[in-house]
Amino acid sequence: MTDPLLVELSRLQFALTAMYHFLFVPLTLGLSIMIAMMETVYVMTERTIWRDMTKFWGVLFGINFALGVATGITMEFQFGMNWAFYSHYVGDVFGAPLAIEGLMAFFLEATFVGLFFFGWEKLSARAHLAVTWLVALGTNFSALWILIANGWMQNPVGAAFNTDTMRMEVTDFIAVLFNPVAQAKFVHTVSAGYVCGATFVLGISAFYMLRGRHIELAKRSFVIAAAFGTASALSVIVLGDESGYEITDNQKMKLAAMEAMWETEPAPASFTAIGIPDMQDKTTHFAIRIPWVMGLIGTRSIDKQIPGIFELVERAEKRIRDGIPAYDALEQLKADRNNAAARASFDATRADLGYALLLKRYVADPRQATEEQIKQAAWDTVPTVPAIFFTFRIMVACGFLLLAVFLTSLWYTMREAPAPRWLFRMALFAMPLPWIAVEVGWFVAEFGRQPWVIEGVLPTFLATSQLGISDLIITILGFTLVYGTLAVIEVRLMLAAIAKGPATEHAEISRSATLVPAE
Amino acid sequence: MIEFLFDYTTLRLIWWILLGVLLIAFAVTDGFDMGVGVLLPFVAKTDIERRVAINTVGPVWEGNQVWFILGGGAIFAAWPALYAMSFSGFYLAMFLVLFALILRPVGFKYRSKRDSQRWRNNWDWALFIGGAVPALIFGVAIGNVLQGVPFHFTDDLRPIYEGNLFGLLNPLAIFCGLVSVAMLVMHGAAWLAFKADGVVGERAAAIGPKAALLAAVLFALGGVFIFLGWFGGYEVTSPIVWDGPSNPLRKTVAENAGAWLRNFQNMPLLWLVPLLGILLPLVAAAGFRARKAGLTFFASQLSIVCIIATVGLAMFPIILPSSTNPGHSLAVFDASSSRATLRNMLFATAIFLPLILLYTAWVYRVLWGKVSEKDIHDADHAY
Repeated sequence: MTDPLLVELSRLQFALTAMYHFLFVPLTLGLSIMIAMMETVYVMTERTIWRDMTKFWGVLFGINFALGVATGITMEFQFGMNWAFYSHYVGDVFGAPLAIEGLMAFFLEATFVGLFFFGWEKLSARAHLAVTWLVALGTNFSALWILIANGWMQNPVGAAFNTDTMRMEVTDFIAVLFNPVAQAKFVHTVSAGYVCGATFVLGISAFYMLRGRHIELAKRSFVIAAAFGTASALSVIVLGDESGYEITDNQKMKLAAMEAMWETEPAPASFTAIGIPDMQDKTTHFAIRIPWVMGLIGTRSIDKQIPGIFELVERAEKRIRDGIPAYDALEQLKADRNNAAARASFDATRADLGYALLLKRYVADPRQATEEQIKQAAWDTVPTVPAIFFTFRIMVACGFLLLAVFLTSLWYTMREAPAPRWLFRMALFAMPLPWIAVEVGWFVAEFGRQPWVIEGVLPTFLATSQLGISDLIITILGFTLVYGTLAVIEVRLMLAAIAKGPATEHAEISRSATLVPAE
Repeated sequence: MIEFLFDYTTLRLIWWILLGVLLIAFAVTDGFDMGVGVLLPFVAKTDIERRVAINTVGPVWEGNQVWFILGGGAIFAAWPALYAMSFSGFYLAMFLVLFALILRPVGFKYRSKRDSQRWRNNWDWALFIGGAVPALIFGVAIGNVLQGVPFHFTDDLRPIYEGNLFGLLNPLAIFCGLVSVAMLVMHGAAWLAFKADGVVGERAAAIGPKAALLAAVLFALGGVFIFLGWFGGYEVTSPIVWDGPSNPLRKTVAENAGAWLRNFQNMPLLWLVPLLGILLPLVAAAGFRARKAGLTFFASQLSIVCIIATVGLAMFPIILPSSTNPGHSLAVFDASSSRATLRNMLFATAIFLPLILLYTAWVYRVLWGKVSEKDIHDADHAY
């Protein structure tokens, strides 16, 4: 059996490197689109201020993009390095979207990003605009394929276990592509990236407005960010990926954990606004419940029931029991692959094979599991409820706060009267919010997926490479050191570029703080 | 006719070729970026010279590096067992590669953002490491693959690696690392001679022939080592089922010192490939001397193609031999993904690879011409 410490360290390293990578990705997603919009205005109006805006935000984009690329290299290889059994077990399905991401998306953005910076004098205005849009398109396609891969981990459709090759193999690639969980996650994640980009532009523009510097650039940027941000924040909230939570047992469990919903309630269920979930007593203390709301959010209906944690654990227990014959049949097939009876038995029970593997935490051969161990394994399917419950609330709070910031900003951009200074201060202080939201959002999605690495198929504790603890300690320290140093350098360069401002200064046409551009 | 393209055997052969194409494309494109990184302290002394060298690759290195990322993704999708075994086995070596490669994007982007000489010198070292370390380690990895790697699979196909980082650093493997470094330095010099104006281009053209000569001699020497049986060799001894399930436990493989020559003996025409691997660097060396930068770069590209292809052809159908359990070696016929995945991925490749080649060619055309010191002074966006 794999050393539990090795599993924990492997998870820690993946979490560190993925969450660090995702500090840069959402800004790339949002900023690339906003820059392309600014350049479009430039090409349509031929006003040079819009070209200077494109170039200025382009400099900040470039500083951020470099680290996104640098940390993305790690992601592409880390599955093989740290999750070798996972890679073998699901590579047939999971590898394809990653490879197509390279072919269709990353190649596009990486090839054209060089021309974005170096092509200003070498290309016509229209050709350069096309290059900028291709970069934006590439980054967004990239997110699509990564989320198709991730969506499959949450809802592994279109694949089946092959007893000859001892791994999952694709049976319906179209189902993998159009996985509803992946689609919901894509829209939610990309919108969150747009919110990051919009908050970034809004905050820095507000900083300039407060300082009375680069007013013409700041004003226009502020307007664009307010409008784009409002639309994106609405999209994140309305198209929250809760729509995917009805589909699988694990997704239902995640939903129940987010809401600390222990018992199944008659529809429509009430929503626990706040409380203290307790894993020991399996209840939520001091819960404040709002009737109906949970049922409405979770099912978009008033008559569909949402299963609670107790009910889901019962289902998991049943699936573990059903999975044991599948494991037994697989062992017989390993010994004799022509055993027709074993094959028939396997085909009948293979949907629950993954549940039997949950027992491997307690016993090498799941067929030898005791009653006690089966019950324990069933309860293992419950993620750490308080962690999910609170991080989910932090994410939601950040989302609504940001929507408020954008709506207020939008309101003032449409008025002739000067905008108040508190508006700009608010925009400046809101800057960390989207990053907090996306990081805790990923935490909810992936920590909430535990104990599975592939929902219902492969438990996380089985998926690692057989590495030494010392190997992991070396690389965790190494990544922390390199990433930490680069973060410091990146932030300093970013601040220096913001302090320096755009390369060309425009005559300040108006000093008044009204946000309606004077032109 | 089209049906034949999609039977499992053909798909596996196509993906074996595509594996080679991706690795070669990575070496041919990103290879000159790495070569420029290694050459940076030698061809460029002053800050402006360094900037000329860096800006010859500045706009294109990012796209070039995607061949590496795509290589990783394609191995994952088409050869999952290889992806799982090699990257977990070469864990710390791979970490060093990642560490070095992480330095490059930030090195290019951040180096000239500040006016401090110390800052810039530090990033120049980062770019040197970002070129030298991967160039060396990729060669070392090939050297280990040729000798066989200590691994096996459990009966549920869990990959187990039995070696460590220091085992990788054996003399023959380091020798292969040197072949790789010499080859990529030649390539970097050829690029600089082609793209860099003035003294940087001239210094590159002076260093180039030495690197090219070294690459030819070392590669030829590698051939001698193969003949002497120093690298060993592996061959499949059970009947090969080309369209059987991908399970690497169902064959037998024997260690046999002459095995890496077998394909060439069976098909003498293949000798052309290693022969050109020796001759073409010599052509490049002559090209440097004759100041024919275009020809030199072309010869350098083809040298890389032939040198890497030689390794693949020698080992076929084995991809990753196991030294401790030869029967568990990964081969073309038992380490691929399913027929459906190979077919789906072939569709995707058939659509996107030509597009990639097209727009990459367009980008290089837009950026055509030498980079001079004047270009750096004139452009506020230069690295």
